[in-house]
Amino acid sequence: MLVSLYRYNPEQDNAPYMQDIELDIPAGKDLMVLDVLALLKEKDPTLAYRRSCREGVCGSDGMNMNGKNGLGCITPISEVVKKDKLVIRPLPGLPVIRDLVVDMGIFYEQYERITPYLVNDTPAPEIERLQSPEDREKLDGLYECILCACCSTACPSFWWNPEKFVGPAGLLQAYRFLADSRDTAQEERLSDLDDPFSVFRCRGIMNCVAVCPKGLNPTKAIGHIRDLLLQRAT
Amino acid sequence: MVKTVTNLGRSGVYDWMIQRVTAYILALYTLFLFGFMLTTDLSYESWSALFGQTWFRIFSLMALVSIGAHAWVGLWTVTTDYIKATAPRFLVQATAGTAMFVYVVWGVQILWGH
Repeated sequence: MLVSLYRYNPEQDNAPYMQDIELDIPAGKDLMVLDVLALLKEKDPTLAYRRSCREGVCGSDGMNMNGKNGLGCITPISEVVKKDKLVIRPLPGLPVIRDLVVDMGIFYEQYERITPYLVNDTPAPEIERLQSPEDREKLDGLYECILCACCSTACPSFWWNPEKFVGPAGLLQAYRFLADSRDTAQEERLSDLDDPFSVFRCRGIMNCVAVCPKGLNPTKAIGHIRDLLLQRAT
Repeated sequence: MVKTVTNLGRSGVYDWMIQRVTAYILALYTLFLFGFMLTTDLSYESWSALFGQTWFRIFSLMALVSIGAHAWVGLWTVTTDYIKATAPRFLVQATAGTAMFVYVVWGVQILWGH
């Protein structure tokens, strides 16, 4: 199999380049892309990429494989390789630190902006803040996000305005707290999102839904936020 | 909260609402015109009779204002996506805004002029 790999070491290279490497895949095995990277790193230890849990939980190894974002550790090569060729690039739209390692700073800044924690100004109960099973159900499909950035870096609106548009990952989390029955800051949360960029730069192309390795639906969450903003303003 | 001063409304919901409402008006106007052209024998008389009626002039003006607002929200979005340098972006926005204003006023003159 031919692997075309994005390489860039700012200390040595003037510009990023694609390195073509012919790799023998052990017969009878369907490796994950992360395994392929491990094989490549054995050949060339200077290759840099992030990985940790290697089972789709930590969200470290988000990358672009044959044009589609995903987690290398849970993407089998049988799913992405076309014509015996695999092109691996870093997540698009973020500054590259080295090879497949990107600077996620702006992504986290947008996440931080949506106040990603429960706000409740009522006196704390003795044991815990209870929630009915129905209210708890509203958080399904929202809390599972692992912040791998596959969705936001697949979103053209995030590419063009990463410092203004919150992006699908941040907005999914924004709705996760808007929908939480225990949160009392809904008004402040909505006020902070009611501008033409933060939410409304979403044009509903659903790239985020197409790439989410956890099968989540940020576009739907963004629609819910828009409904809340609309209800509040009409 | 991202601060903007060049968009149509001051809020995202406002722009979004304008974009949707004007889209419906434009769709209605287009459908009506298509229907009219298909069902009426098109001639100077029928056309000028249609535009002679006050309700249709109001409807036309509404469609014209809608195009202006719709295009402004849309083009503002396009310019803020693709034109990164402030001066050219503002210049394109100002040109688009002027063009829309001219079209609307000119349209009023056509509809209610002689």
